[in-house]
Amino acid sequence: MSIEVRFRIDRGEFSLDVDLSVPAHGVTSLFGPSGCGKTTLLRAIAGLERHRDGFLKVGDMIWQAAERFVPPHRRPLGYVFQEASLFAHLSVRRNLEYGVKRVPEDQRRVALTQAIDLLGIGPLLERRPDRLSGGERQRVAIARALAVSPRLLLMDEPLAGLDVNRKQEILPYIESLHNQLDIPVIYVSHSPDEVARLADHLVLLEAGRVVATGGIHEMLTRLDSPLAHGTDAETLIEAAVAGHDDTYHLTHLDFAGGRFTVVRKPLPVGSTVRLRVAARDVSLTLEHQSGTSILNIFPATVDELIPEGEAQVMVRLMVGGVPMLARVTRKSASVLDLRPGKPVYAQAKSVALLS
Amino acid sequence: MLNESDLTALAITLKLAGLSTLILLLLGTPLAWWLARTRWRFKFLLEAVVALPLVLPPTVLGFYLLVALGPHGPVGGAMEALGGRPLAFTFTGLVIGSVFYSMPFVVQPLQDAFTAVGRRPLEVAATLRASPLDRFFTVALPLARAGFFTAAVLGFAHTLGEFGVVLMIGGNIPGETQVVSIAIYDHVEGLEYTHAHWLSAGLLLMSFLMLAAVYALNRRFRVVQP
Repeated sequence: MSIEVRFRIDRGEFSLDVDLSVPAHGVTSLFGPSGCGKTTLLRAIAGLERHRDGFLKVGDMIWQAAERFVPPHRRPLGYVFQEASLFAHLSVRRNLEYGVKRVPEDQRRVALTQAIDLLGIGPLLERRPDRLSGGERQRVAIARALAVSPRLLLMDEPLAGLDVNRKQEILPYIESLHNQLDIPVIYVSHSPDEVARLADHLVLLEAGRVVATGGIHEMLTRLDSPLAHGTDAETLIEAAVAGHDDTYHLTHLDFAGGRFTVVRKPLPVGSTVRLRVAARDVSLTLEHQSGTSILNIFPATVDELIPEGEAQVMVRLMVGGVPMLARVTRKSASVLDLRPGKPVYAQAKSVALLS
Repeated sequence: MLNESDLTALAITLKLAGLSTLILLLLGTPLAWWLARTRWRFKFLLEAVVALPLVLPPTVLGFYLLVALGPHGPVGGAMEALGGRPLAFTFTGLVIGSVFYSMPFVVQPLQDAFTAVGRRPLEVAATLRASPLDRFFTVALPLARAGFFTAAVLGFAHTLGEFGVVLMIGGNIPGETQVVSIAIYDHVEGLEYTHAHWLSAGLLLMSFLMLAAVYALNRRFRVVQP
């Protein structure tokens, strides 16, 4: 099952020309700088703006084709706007019920209580929207969109208007949607951080055109993608909790290329986590270092390298089939004689757990 | 104190203001909604027409209405041809005149209120399965309710103070078209200052109380200056 999106929008100085197919499961992130057409595309998918030249198919439902345009209120979707946009004249409870009441009973697959629990808004139900904090408002807006049992959830930078603490408050809730409900999500963002935490699939947009699209792991480490450059370039790795070391208070995480050892986290053995390794934290050696404080060392092969400014080089490694980025100086690359196919050891100085 | 004809004039005035306000709310709501939402490039022309009674001498409006509603006018003539009587110098004619005369006082606050609601809440409602009509009644109307209060009070109060239009198309028929403002004029003409005082003070107090209520309950919306 997939979501097929084709739109040609021409507004004089701005034009959007998109022909996309993304998986109808997991979180697909529309990523790009502001003004690249992310929100326009999302609104076209929702049917909030009608564009003549478009085709839209979600799973087996055709929402727009040559002569056919399903108006937004007949599309089984959920939409979370950048500003929570709660109805000011209704309490939190009545805001949540507004959509539920309009969905026929046999199409309700998400119980209202489930949406309330997922977003942790039980204590807020009798409040008025103007008595809520920004973070609480956005959680109510997400629950409201979920409660209509959408077959597709559209989120337009739901965290953009919030400060760092509020973002940290909401992110875990959005992550849990992902794990607990089988609803495909299209998530508009310009924050690499949010994308790294949430996305499974990435669509890179620039000036109204799709630059690249693919799985998140691949997209972050493809050297022809803008995400694989700059100081924030990073690798995401899914790993399984293999066990805990009680003596030194550590946790072991296994992936195809070996084992990460990190400071102990209260995670059940067997659960999967997403790890983030910044390219600037990965150094390379030709031999396995023994006298080092670094715990995470993996045998790797150089796959590709590309100059990064005047002084540095971005190296794409393969670690047991898993791509990983390392950023080293041009001098080091020359001293180590790095070239595709060369076996090296990758040392990860620090590793962050995302979930 | 007030005599019987004063009380009759008062009753006619209140009935006229009430009926006109009701009609204006019914006609003005769709008009204001349309004006607030349309992207039609000539919408300013219609807005100017709605606002005309704010600046036009009431006698001008009354004169044209008299011509239109009288036995030789298009509306009055049609009424006569259908076996009715012309609308000039009738209570119905007064209601028609008042609807035109007070139109901006109802349409403008409603239009402002609908504009203040904005598109976003309606888009949200659309993504929550509400049809266009459903969105209007469950989102736009409740969010614009303060505007309705302002519109109703201003429309009512402005019709109470009507004089020129009434005189032109209603004449001064006691028990049919004689309203308070004209009764006051009659009393002054007849040097009955006591009666004029009572009626004037009554009208003054009523108008003040209504406007005070608008300003007190409703500080968020622009109020048209009468």
